[in-house]
Amino acid sequence: MTARRLALYATLTMVGLVGCGGGDTADPRPQGGAGTVTGDVTVFAAASLTESFTRVGADFEAANPGVRVTFSFAGSSALANQINQGAPADVFASASPANMTTVAGAGNSDGSPSVFVRNQLVIAVPDGNPGGVNGLADLAQPGVKVALCAEQVPCGAAAAKALDGAGVELTPVTLEQDVKAALSKVRLGEVDAALVYRTDVRAADDDVDGIEFPESAGAINDYPIVVLKNAPNGPAAQAFVDHVLSNPGQAVLTAAGFQAP
Amino acid sequence: MSRHDNPTAAPARSAPPPRTRRTGRVPVALLLPAALGLLFLVLPLAGLLIRTPWSTLPQRLTEPGVLTALRLSVQAATLATLLCLVLGVPLAWLLARVDFPGRRLVRALVTVPLVLPPVVGGVALLLVFGRRGILGGWLDSTFGFTLPFTTPGVVLAEAFVAMPFLVIAVEGALRGADVRYEEAAATLGAGRWTTFTHVTLPLVAPGIAAGAVLCWARALGEFGATITFAGNFPGRTQTMPLAVYLALETDLEAAIVLSLVLLTVSVVILASLRDRWLGSS
Repeated sequence: MTARRLALYATLTMVGLVGCGGGDTADPRPQGGAGTVTGDVTVFAAASLTESFTRVGADFEAANPGVRVTFSFAGSSALANQINQGAPADVFASASPANMTTVAGAGNSDGSPSVFVRNQLVIAVPDGNPGGVNGLADLAQPGVKVALCAEQVPCGAAAAKALDGAGVELTPVTLEQDVKAALSKVRLGEVDAALVYRTDVRAADDDVDGIEFPESAGAINDYPIVVLKNAPNGPAAQAFVDHVLSNPGQAVLTAAGFQAP
Repeated sequence: MSRHDNPTAAPARSAPPPRTRRTGRVPVALLLPAALGLLFLVLPLAGLLIRTPWSTLPQRLTEPGVLTALRLSVQAATLATLLCLVLGVPLAWLLARVDFPGRRLVRALVTVPLVLPPVVGGVALLLVFGRRGILGGWLDSTFGFTLPFTTPGVVLAEAFVAMPFLVIAVEGALRGADVRYEEAAATLGAGRWTTFTHVTLPLVAPGIAAGAVLCWARALGEFGATITFAGNFPGRTQTMPLAVYLALETDLEAAIVLSLVLLTVSVVILASLRDRWLGSS
């Protein structure tokens, strides 16, 4: 799965570079219909947005023929750090308000962020549920191997909150660096369960099952999005954010399992 | 080393030839790129030093997690190097001394971990040694033992990535060594094993040491295969590079301090080992 993501990055980067080259020599094509913006938009988005934002980006490009969207998907905190270190991004979509605050606090956001979706945790188990997990309390059973996200990343913070709220104490076998890494440990059958987002389970194929648990209601993540202050392409960045917040954008996101804000 | 000393220098009439290597001014065409190369390698380290929070350094260094990660890193890298020595030296000998069909292919295969992205190496290890892996499944069902998420798993991941460095160094040393010593031993009745332990090994000891040092250094800095195969848990599988990566998520200064610790320890150990094993040339 990691290889697939790498391939995706490579492709997207190449697409971005090609778009760059074209952008220098004024695009002769007339702007069709709704699209009034052109050029490249670089979107830094939480790993959990990988599938849905790829689709949203394709829709946005279709509506704006002169625009190319390039994504960098990673843990929100890593992205926030990269932005504060001067990475040339136009838009930041974070999986938690905390990482957005890191960026806004450093004066790198343009305007105030808008919450565009919310996401809830589920228990992901490998196909066939070898650990016999049925609820949050089962994760603390001896012999059940659990992967959590590290508390530095949003899914880990949410997991800690949910476990705290439920009074469940467990020792995971690993603290993964982002939600997709935790999911891939389930997919490979190396752990019996992991706490990931509902959207991740839905995006995974048949080899992962999701188990809803009531305690997750106490740890719902808000996803904020913002145009960045040093955006190389401000108008297109704003258009992308508007598209995410529009009805067609929201439809794609809710179909992926996100909740409306 | 002395074999490489300049053989064309004009011999002085009666005194032994001067052992100096200077034969004129250093050409600018070599000096300039050399200086740029050095700068390129050293500048990022300087960058770390410039951003180091010196005032809070003592209290950051004494945080409990730092020592735990450091100890684990040194232990795992050392064990991985031992594993590489046990398996890698015989493999290098086989490649250098035994003519068998497919030797070139085997040599190419040995270097695969060098070009493989370590994350891919980690996935590959999971597919073999993981709980559902070809060998790992058998280990689990027979002995109830699984490698992922354990310290032996860290050692395994590091050894996988670092072993080519050892094999290549030792094979190079074996090819450079004079085979006539081994032939002489054979003529005097020594078997291949005796020749290996009494003649070959002492002959290439410096090469083995150099390979082991490289191997250890690579193992110490290993990140991708470790986090993929062994996961990340403090005290068990969280080595310094993993701790640096996660600290980077929230606290740049903590990440810099951890990097500095890793850097200092590795430079000190490597420098002292080189002096002891390889001479201070």
